[in-house]
Amino acid sequence: MSEDDERQQCPPSDLEFVSNKARNCNATGSGSGHPELQSVYLDQVLENVLENVLHFLTSKRDRNAASLVCKSWYRVEALTRSELFIGNCYAVSPARATARFARVRALHLKGKPRFADFNLMPPDWGAHFNPWALAMAKAYPWLEKVNLKRMSVTDDDLATLAELFLGFKELVLVCCDGFGTSGLAIFVNKCRQLKVLDLIESEVSDDESDWISCFPEGESHLESLIFDCVECHINFEALERLVARSPLLKKLRLNRYVSIGQLYHLMIRAPQLTHLGTGSFSPSEIAGQGDQEPDYVNAFAACKSLVCLSGFREIIPDYLPAIYIVCANLTSLNFSYANITAEQLKPIISKCHKLQVFWVLDSICDEGLQAVAATCKELRELRVFPVDAREDSDGPVSEVGLQAISEGCRKLQSILYFCQRMTNTAVIAMSKNCPDLVVFRLCIMGRHRADHVTGEPMDDGFGAIVMNCKKLTRLAVSGLLTDKAFDYIGRHGKLVRTLSVAFSGDSDMALKYVLEGCPQLQKLEIRDSPFGDAALRSGLHHYYSMRFLWMSSCRLTRHGCQEIARAMPRLVVEVIRSADEEEMDDAVEILYMYRSLVGPRTDTPKFVTIL
Amino acid sequence: MANMLGTELCLGLPGGGGGNEVDSSPRTTGKRGFSDTVDLKLNLRAKETDMDLNKNLDNGSEEKPVSAKDPAKPPAKAQMVGWPPVRSYRKNFMANKSTGEESEKASSVAFVKVSMDGAPYLRKVDLKMYKSYQELSDALAKMFSSFTMSNYGSQGMIDFMNESKLMDLLNSSDYVPSYEDKDGDWMLVGDVPWQMFVDSCKRLRIMKGLEAIGLAPRAMEKCKSRA
Repeated sequence: MSEDDERQQCPPSDLEFVSNKARNCNATGSGSGHPELQSVYLDQVLENVLENVLHFLTSKRDRNAASLVCKSWYRVEALTRSELFIGNCYAVSPARATARFARVRALHLKGKPRFADFNLMPPDWGAHFNPWALAMAKAYPWLEKVNLKRMSVTDDDLATLAELFLGFKELVLVCCDGFGTSGLAIFVNKCRQLKVLDLIESEVSDDESDWISCFPEGESHLESLIFDCVECHINFEALERLVARSPLLKKLRLNRYVSIGQLYHLMIRAPQLTHLGTGSFSPSEIAGQGDQEPDYVNAFAACKSLVCLSGFREIIPDYLPAIYIVCANLTSLNFSYANITAEQLKPIISKCHKLQVFWVLDSICDEGLQAVAATCKELRELRVFPVDAREDSDGPVSEVGLQAISEGCRKLQSILYFCQRMTNTAVIAMSKNCPDLVVFRLCIMGRHRADHVTGEPMDDGFGAIVMNCKKLTRLAVSGLLTDKAFDYIGRHGKLVRTLSVAFSGDSDMALKYVLEGCPQLQKLEIRDSPFGDAALRSGLHHYYSMRFLWMSSCRLTRHGCQEIARAMPRLVVEVIRSADEEEMDDAVEILYMYRSLVGPRTDTPKFVTIL
Repeated sequence: MANMLGTELCLGLPGGGGGNEVDSSPRTTGKRGFSDTVDLKLNLRAKETDMDLNKNLDNGSEEKPVSAKDPAKPPAKAQMVGWPPVRSYRKNFMANKSTGEESEKASSVAFVKVSMDGAPYLRKVDLKMYKSYQELSDALAKMFSSFTMSNYGSQGMIDFMNESKLMDLLNSSDYVPSYEDKDGDWMLVGDVPWQMFVDSCKRLRIMKGLEAIGLAPRAMEKCKSRA
């Protein structure tokens, strides 16, 4: 039951399909036996055949299409779907999902909207994994994989996964919270078939539980262990023993409490690693001055399969030369926690000819980006994060870096770029030099900042992006933007599915252009922009095709949102206040609305009102 | 565990964010006039006329480090909540690198560890979230489902003066909460007024009633000496 089910304009009624019985009756003609029985038999055969065929269908879009052919196909598709993707956990209930799909092995659930990551929403809004965990336990005892993004997961949920699913193999938690190391301890201890435990950008509370020691003894099936976001000390000796008895381990990403000396010991035990997160990449404080430094170069040299390197959480740049030897094979390098200069970057990046994914801090300045552009001709994805994430900080990167990248990295598909100054010229250049761009996210950190050379709004730059990048599906805009920019987006951004808008636009027209012009729009998140009820109304024809709309600090009123709620019964319209505010006036602070098959949720906190 | 998020949010000027300090909740700025944001050069103070002045006074310190760095620049603008859109983890990480270990602001949270005999997990609770023993008891009951605290008296305190009443309490309940106070002594929860408890409690342990009987004499002694 994924969001793609609802791509048609009207909400799905409870699935009425033309029976194919009549067709079968005609096909058999006047054959032997009772026509009713015969058609039932043929239905059965067809379904069996279909089942075998549909097993091969993996793409969720294809499966959704197949399920709409007729009742028979719907039924068989539901039986054969093993990976269930639900883009908004509140769009459907666990009961409905388990009722439709009988044999699910993998569940992929997404919860909170992305703007919750930036503290725009009070905590405890929802997206609890618990009801799903319980429903899955009853319906899918053979569940093997769970992948959650922005959900609230408790220690009890982790215990449930480990205890009630005997064949559980993979847990991936991205941007989740609500659990701690004690939950992890139970999970790793009870989950005997565990292959993958990936904790990515999640908040894990420190219950001072030594969870690493809780992995069961004996050879482990671990293939991937990612815990770089876990902000707690770990038992290194136990980790070393674990790595030593995990011959299949390919991905290991350590947290910053692992020193470079400890990293060495792990690397020599696991030369088969393909993905490595280096932890702190600096010596622990207790290392003696006269101690012999291990041969780090040797350790890296032994890892002949290494393609993805990250970590460097407390980097001492003196140790960087140790990685030179693996650079030539790297396809992914994440320096986004390493405050290094252009000079420190150059000797490394000049060797990274195969690099496709590069995440870095703006400490490398435009000069560092020029070095990237000079070597990384295969670059597909670039993310430049700010060391100092404030509006008025010094900006070490600018249009110069962006221009250089556009000229050097022609195969670029995805970019996230934080800066303080930008020009339309550079953005236009990128739109022309990088026609394969699918994701363009430019964040000019100063609000309403114009082109710093011409003083003009950034309309033309973003306009060029939507005009020239014909494959663009995700766009985030910033800087001084008038309604014209949105006119361009509405006219040319025909494939845009995700749009992020902040501090932009002059009037309701801007939002209208987008809602009326972008047929593929699924996720629209807007903050602090002057859009009101009239603009909201202009999207009525489209909201059922969208996963969600988020609007915060705009000009919406309660009665405007109420109108939408009344006009669209299958839309859940949430009005969210700051936690300590009382309901006072008609102004709506945060609007979060999404289509749903099951109506308003029952777990709303006090600060949420569903209209 | 969601309570832990409370430590992540930042104090700032109204609509402010960006620092490391602990906050109660994010302040969004919907009530501010929109046209105010257009002119970048405006001095922050002039823009704030329609903001909550109390918050201003509380959080004025947020700005000082920035303007102190470069006195020639105009005072920093208010840091908006969630802007630039960098996740808190990353923001805090970068900030911590320059300022050292993150320090919890003692006054606004009081996290203590809670263990229950026989339970596999250790928890943490923020005592400042609750206003009475009853609220704490309800919260603990939710966390440790096999734990139900017996009813306390009208003030929520155990009457330690009455020995037989105390013994009844300890014999009747399966589990009783005890806490380690500032002096390092283990005491029965409920012996002092709520606020005093919050200030002196270092950690909580939920133990079997029968075991807790051992604590009772000491509790009574301490109580008598205070009286």
